[in-house]
Amino acid sequence: MSFPVGPPGGGATAGPGRPVQYERIAVFGGIYSNHRALRAAVEDAADRNVDALFCLGDLGAFGPSPDRVFPILREAGVQVIRGNYDDSIARGLDDCQCGYTDPRDNEYARLSYRYTFASTSLENRRRLQRLPEELRFRLGSLDVLACHGSPRRMNEFLWESTTPDHFLSKLARDHSCDVILGTHTGLHWAREFESSRWYVNVGALGRPANDGRTSVTYAVIEADGTSLDVEFVPVTYDHEELAREMREEQLPEEFVQTILTGWWTTCLEILPSKERARGRF
Amino acid sequence: MMLPVLGEVKGNETEAAVTAPLSALDELWFQVSGTVCNLRCTHCFISCSPENHSFWFMEREQVRDALEASVPIGVKEYYFTGGEPFMNREIEGILEDALQYGPTTVLTNATIMPERRAHRLAKLRDASRHSLELRVSLDGITREMNDAIRGEGAFDRCMAGVETLVAQDFLPIITCMRSWPEEETDRMLAGFRKLLLSVGYDRPRLKILPPLLIGEEAKRTRGYADTERITHEMLEGYDLDQLLCSRARLVTADGIYACPILLGVPSARMAGSLHEAVRAPAPLTHSACFTCYMSGAICSNMPAGGGEGH
Ligand code: SF4
Ligand code: SF4
Ligand SMILES: [Fe+2]
Repeated sequence: MSFPVGPPGGGATAGPGRPVQYERIAVFGGIYSNHRALRAAVEDAADRNVDALFCLGDLGAFGPSPDRVFPILREAGVQVIRGNYDDSIARGLDDCQCGYTDPRDNEYARLSYRYTFASTSLENRRRLQRLPEELRFRLGSLDVLACHGSPRRMNEFLWESTTPDHFLSKLARDHSCDVILGTHTGLHWAREFESSRWYVNVGALGRPANDGRTSVTYAVIEADGTSLDVEFVPVTYDHEELAREMREEQLPEEFVQTILTGWWTTCLEILPSKERARGRF
Repeated sequence: MMLPVLGEVKGNETEAAVTAPLSALDELWFQVSGTVCNLRCTHCFISCSPENHSFWFMEREQVRDALEASVPIGVKEYYFTGGEPFMNREIEGILEDALQYGPTTVLTNATIMPERRAHRLAKLRDASRHSLELRVSLDGITREMNDAIRGEGAFDRCMAGVETLVAQDFLPIITCMRSWPEEETDRMLAGFRKLLLSVGYDRPRLKILPPLLIGEEAKRTRGYADTERITHEMLEGYDLDQLLCSRARLVTADGIYACPILLGVPSARMAGSLHEAVRAPAPLTHSACFTCYMSGAICSNMPAGGGEGH
């Protein structure tokens, strides 16, 4: 069975072809093996009258039992694109190449990468390999490009405080779209960077947004003429149960603490100062 | 990291055509205080000092013109370097301008950072939606170690500067040239964390740079060997986007250069205007290019792609 499974009648296109049009969609960011948050988000989105569900990649990492997210995505008909973590796991790279200067961070990153690699079935690794790098569709009259990091690089971070408007304009120009959807940073934000052109970072389902809250975030996006309504939906889920599973799988206690407290505890080097200053660590 | 294959380099035969095209102008650097610095570090790869006036301060107006020109090009980040940027009397106005355009980083030795200034910088930071990063150079975990490179008194003044910045809720990126054998890096990093904690910096951000064997550093240790050059063979299968010059240009009071490392090197002078400078590829013929080849974009706050992360 191929994966992703689109909605009946075919989904968004990864290549050329006539793009499908939607009016209202739900978009999930990185899942990082948080199958509990994913299930809660799928259930939440079911009540919100959306035409389609998307996930922008990074299915594994960080959390427990990576294979568990695959059936949830398939049953809900979520259209999925490939994240950098999926890419590494699919290609069987040695580690996630985080390259942090803090030896502790490096150790955790390696540990969770090895765990994720070892616990992802061969079949699911093949599924990851087949995921498209981007999807294009229309939202009302707007041309949307959904990607993981940025339209030009799967692992590019687009943080709110380091992404100027004219840079987003360049990306939209170079990649011929009005709306760019992405994830990868784990922090949600949205901006109309020029008239009727939008960037939306949908955040992440996998871990909280470093704000001291245990809920995670996804986006419901609706076309409104040439405008866009973006709603960031907080999702509460049984995070204590997830923490218990993580401990059972002997994942780093620091990761567990992030799930339990809502503060990021490791791999903080990637944050620009504005985003870093908002967190506790 | 891929190891270079040292092919048979016959004289200068392969030199002329080794270049890196600009794939996108993501980083615009400004030599905002020229080669003028209050310190005279023994490892300074562009030999800055109070007397080195080969490049002079940039004026606010000049910077503003380049910022304006960077908009249609779609620049992502702005960096201000020297010399010591805070020697430029207009620096605060310049940073205020830059922060309106995008995320802004200043590379400073933090030795002239009175409280009033840190306070004003904090105000600029808070008024902008873009990040203002301060990158502070410190070259040792002890007074002796640092001052051997940065000069007597530099350690105390820098630590005072860091303390002042931290008190204004800045999270400076502490940058250090690796002047020790690689296997000692973890010990050094631990030393820096402990040292910074002593002035109240409890979540230090650290960046270690490899030495660039040019300028003063070539005298302090050694220069490049003849074999330490990028050759055509070495570029086969190499991702040029790792090099800063494939994503950046340096604006100075006197023309545009390929990168902040090759300031004043005639072959690296690209053009008089930004528009011309983005069309020409950067020549990789300088020996310092070898260090970039081995270590990647060492000058950026983050490597290309920003590491993998989640
Ligand atoms: S290394 Fe930096 S602080 Fe030292 S002399 Fe050069 S520009 Fe000045
Ligand atoms: S020194 Fe480095 S950044 Fe500068 S031109 Fe050479 S390779 Fe490029
Ligand atoms: Fe990612």
